[in-house]
Amino acid sequence: MKQTSYKNLTRGIISENPTLVMLLGMCPTLGVTTTALNGLGMGLATLFVLILSNTAVSLVKNFIPATIRIPCYITIIASFVTIVELLMTAYFPSIHAALGIYIPLIVVNCIILGRAEAFAAHNNVFQSLLDALGMGIGFTFALVALGLIREILGAGAAFGYQFIGEDGYPILMFIMPPGAFLALAGLIILFNKLRRE
Amino acid sequence: MKTTSLTRLILVMLVVACGSAALLGFVYEITKAPIQKANDEKELAAISGVILEEFNNNPFKERTLIPGKHKGQLTLYPARKDGKIKAVAIKTSSDKAFGGKIELIVGFFLDGTISGYQIISSKETPGLGSKVSDAKFSEQFIGIRPKKKTFKVKQDGGEIDAVTAATISSRAVIDAIQKAYDAYHKFSTRM
Repeated sequence: MKQTSYKNLTRGIISENPTLVMLLGMCPTLGVTTTALNGLGMGLATLFVLILSNTAVSLVKNFIPATIRIPCYITIIASFVTIVELLMTAYFPSIHAALGIYIPLIVVNCIILGRAEAFAAHNNVFQSLLDALGMGIGFTFALVALGLIREILGAGAAFGYQFIGEDGYPILMFIMPPGAFLALAGLIILFNKLRRE
Repeated sequence: MKTTSLTRLILVMLVVACGSAALLGFVYEITKAPIQKANDEKELAAISGVILEEFNNNPFKERTLIPGKHKGQLTLYPARKDGKIKAVAIKTSSDKAFGGKIELIVGFFLDGTISGYQIISSKETPGLGSKVSDAKFSEQFIGIRPKKKTFKVKQDGGEIDAVTAATISSRAVIDAIQKAYDAYHKFSTRM
């Protein structure tokens, strides 16, 4: 039992990392990771929604008939996302300003519906919570790593700290969409190589 | 798959929807005041950021509505020193931005010269369109008057350098500032 709990927690971080191994949720991954801080904000917001939705889905799984489970899950997830957005606007306006349009997109992030459908709908609350925590940490880790790579290469900064001055020549492309794909590809190669060893 | 009666399906869906709605209503109520406060603080900070003249009143409290050139109303924040108006800040917006609406506060000296602007709310792409709030772009506006002919991005034959890869966002900022200037012009000629 203890071993399963441990496995459920760590699976999302390494062996089944949602971004770098399962390649889920590519839209926010590519879109928000222009800086490491944006990646962190998005990752934590998703982590929070994932924990709430996995717990809620796991709690109500026996009451929801299989035929309408998807609309029910989406309603639950959308509510939690709206709650996160309201809380963020109220208490962290600067992060909310930076992430802008991506917060509502958490609703359609397939990691969240995927975990509700594949895990929380068949497991108890505690295991679902561990699964959400692991997947959320894995997602956050991937976003921060990707954001950091792009920020260093594309803007000459790390977590907002500028180490190449105005006159330097960062590789601007890494802040723009093509750079997101290239950086992600590099990160996936590196991560999977290290993971296998 | 076990078949379930239609009544049960409707009932479950209804319970889920009502539960979610109640929860959302509750959170909306408790975050309403803090959101309003955060927005007010942001506006006040923006106002002090764009007005370069010295002032000792609270422009946010003395705000008034002025008519736009064609339609609608804009908010004007007068900055006074010892009761005399020294400069103004105007809240303006444009619907032509990449992510929909962009809202900013523009500061003007009394003769209509721009003293700066700050973005209040935008849905521009982080790292690209959001760069219209960076100094590199925004400092171009300080000290100029939005004359119709050259107050455009270079791509449109004007003299403003657009943010790289974010021409639409840059145009939207110009559009919003133009609106604010037109409204201020109309307001100041009547004053």
